Amino acid sequence: MNAEQSVRVEDKLYYNRYLVDVGRPHVKVRRHTTPSPQLLALLRACPARCYELNDKGQVEVAVDGCIECGTCRVIAEPTGDIEWNYPRGGYGVLFKFG
Amino acid sequence: MIQERFDAIVVGAGMAGNAAALTMAERGMKVLQLERGEYAGSKNVQGAILYADMMEKLIPDFREDAPLERHLVEQRFWMMDDRSHVGMHYRSEDFNEERPNRYTIIRAQFDKWFSSKVREAGATVLYETTATELVRDNYGKVRGVRTDRRDGEIQADVVVLAEGVNGLLGTRAGLRARPTPDKVALAVKEMHFLPRETIEARFNLKDDEGVVIEAAGTISRGMTGMGFIYANKESISLGIGCLVADFQRTGETPYGLLDHFKKHPSVASLIAGSEVKEYSAHLIPEGGYRAIPQLYGEGWVVVGDAAQFNNAVHREGSNLAMTSGRIAAEAISQVKSRRDGMTAKNLSLYKKMLDESFVIKDLKKYKDLPRLMHTNCQSFFLTYPQLVSRAMQNFVRVDGTPKVDKEKVTIKSFVKARSWTGLFGDAVRFARAWR
Ligand SMILES: Cc1cc2nc3c(=O)[nH]c(=O)nc-3n(C[C@H](O)[C@H](O)[C@H](O)COP(=O)(O)OP(=O)(O)OC[C@H]3O[C@@H](n4cnc5c(N)ncnc54)[C@H](O)[C@@H]3O)c2cc1C
Ligand code: SF4
Repeated sequence: MNAEQSVRVEDKLYYNRYLVDVGRPHVKVRRHTTPSPQLLALLRACPARCYELNDKGQVEVAVDGCIECGTCRVIAEPTGDIEWNYPRGGYGVLFKFG
Repeated sequence: MIQERFDAIVVGAGMAGNAAALTMAERGMKVLQLERGEYAGSKNVQGAILYADMMEKLIPDFREDAPLERHLVEQRFWMMDDRSHVGMHYRSEDFNEERPNRYTIIRAQFDKWFSSKVREAGATVLYETTATELVRDNYGKVRGVRTDRRDGEIQADVVVLAEGVNGLLGTRAGLRARPTPDKVALAVKEMHFLPRETIEARFNLKDDEGVVIEAAGTISRGMTGMGFIYANKESISLGIGCLVADFQRTGETPYGLLDHFKKHPSVASLIAGSEVKEYSAHLIPEGGYRAIPQLYGEGWVVVGDAAQFNNAVHREGSNLAMTSGRIAAEAISQVKSRRDGMTAKNLSLYKKMLDESFVIKDLKKYKDLPRLMHTNCQSFFLTYPQLVSRAMQNFVRVDGTPKVDKEKVTIKSFVKARSWTGLFGDAVRFARAWR
């Protein structure tokens, strides 16, 4: 229906520079069987599309492309659905222009 | 890691943190500044317009070597529907002055330069260092920070929290509330590169003249939000932001909104053929005056976006950040020069000085606007732009309809969409909030 379904965020993230802290993700999703409305909102609200549904219908996060905006923190930290931190100093996204 | 004790620790090397660290270092204080990015600016996103007056108060001759893009000679406001825009352009030769009033900048580059000035002033700046926690004594007084470096506790008389809108330190320590979805906007932005001449031709510019466009209307699809297009030397900064609560409510995607904005015929022609080199996102504080937290306490002050200092109406933030950072630093150095302790009582001087500045006065002026925009977002961002566009088209299209009838159609369309009471109410509410 929407034209933007064809927009590939992955292509956008490809422009950016990242220093990934392998094995130390700075955002984690609490274990759940059925996702809360807040977690489901992240599937669409995250500008880097870090949140995806797995085949069991649970929300998963992959932070490699995270642009550290904090949107998911504002939405889903209060409910305890996610644990949010900044990456370790020096790691994460590195804007050249910002 | 660092055994020495500092007069002050500044968390963050954005506009607010740099202003604070620079001011205190220049006054002979022993300052440590922490920045989690590889360099200052590597985590920061802005439109970006720099306001010269606030910068001059910090570095009077900044024009000599700061990385500036274009000085602004023209400001456009666009009210958009899906196929058109109704615009107001203000352009004046007066802005081609010796000391221009506003510039476009590229934040990552500007912050790097600003940070070099902070170091020159004598502050110790540690990059790639995330402050993870405030350290407090048994009485609750802040006496330093812990970092993610080895043995990372560092002590100081006062901590300046310049950690930006999403600041973890202050919110985790319970000094202020975590931002809520209705008090922050999420903005997404792209950098579009084009040859200099192309930009100058498309925006009608010569030399280092610049233009900014602020856009509102159906581009935000009924959400509270705005788009922007700023001309830099060889690039165009383009983005759009809406309240997080609205994204949550509507399920719109930020990148979908951005791409839709780029495809609008009025926008597409400006960026045609460009090369995109970066995609970024950042939160903007939108709560205004009513969302300002407690600004000082035992051993700490909060400045800039972390204190919600952002004027959403005028899209000013960096100048409020710079000014609050500078004023906090001046207050702290006054307390120190009197050899007084960094207690809440003494640090209240910061609030007193800030209340006298444009920062608090401007935010107070618009204290009701954020709520109004939010509760009436459908009419302000969807209905009115469509109505205005139709009215304009009706006005300019020549088709043999008598002008009296044209006017009737326009008025009828407004009344039908909002009713007389609705229109009147909106006007009154808007005027009140603006006053
Ligand atoms: C899309 C967009 C467009 C904008 N356009 C304009 C504009 O045109 N003009 C304008 O005046 N304003 C604009 N603003 C607002 C402006 O960017 C902000 O108001 C301003 O950057 C606030 O400065 P700050 O120093 O408070 O925060 P920031 O600039 O966000 O700086 C915070 C710094 O702290 C660091 N930090 C955070 N936590 C830690 C930690 N724990 N340890 C170490 N370091 C940490 C961050 O890495 C960052 O460098 C815009 C904002 C956005 C998002
Ligand atoms: S911080 Fe922003 S980019 Fe990163 S996962 Fe959360 S919403 Fe996505």
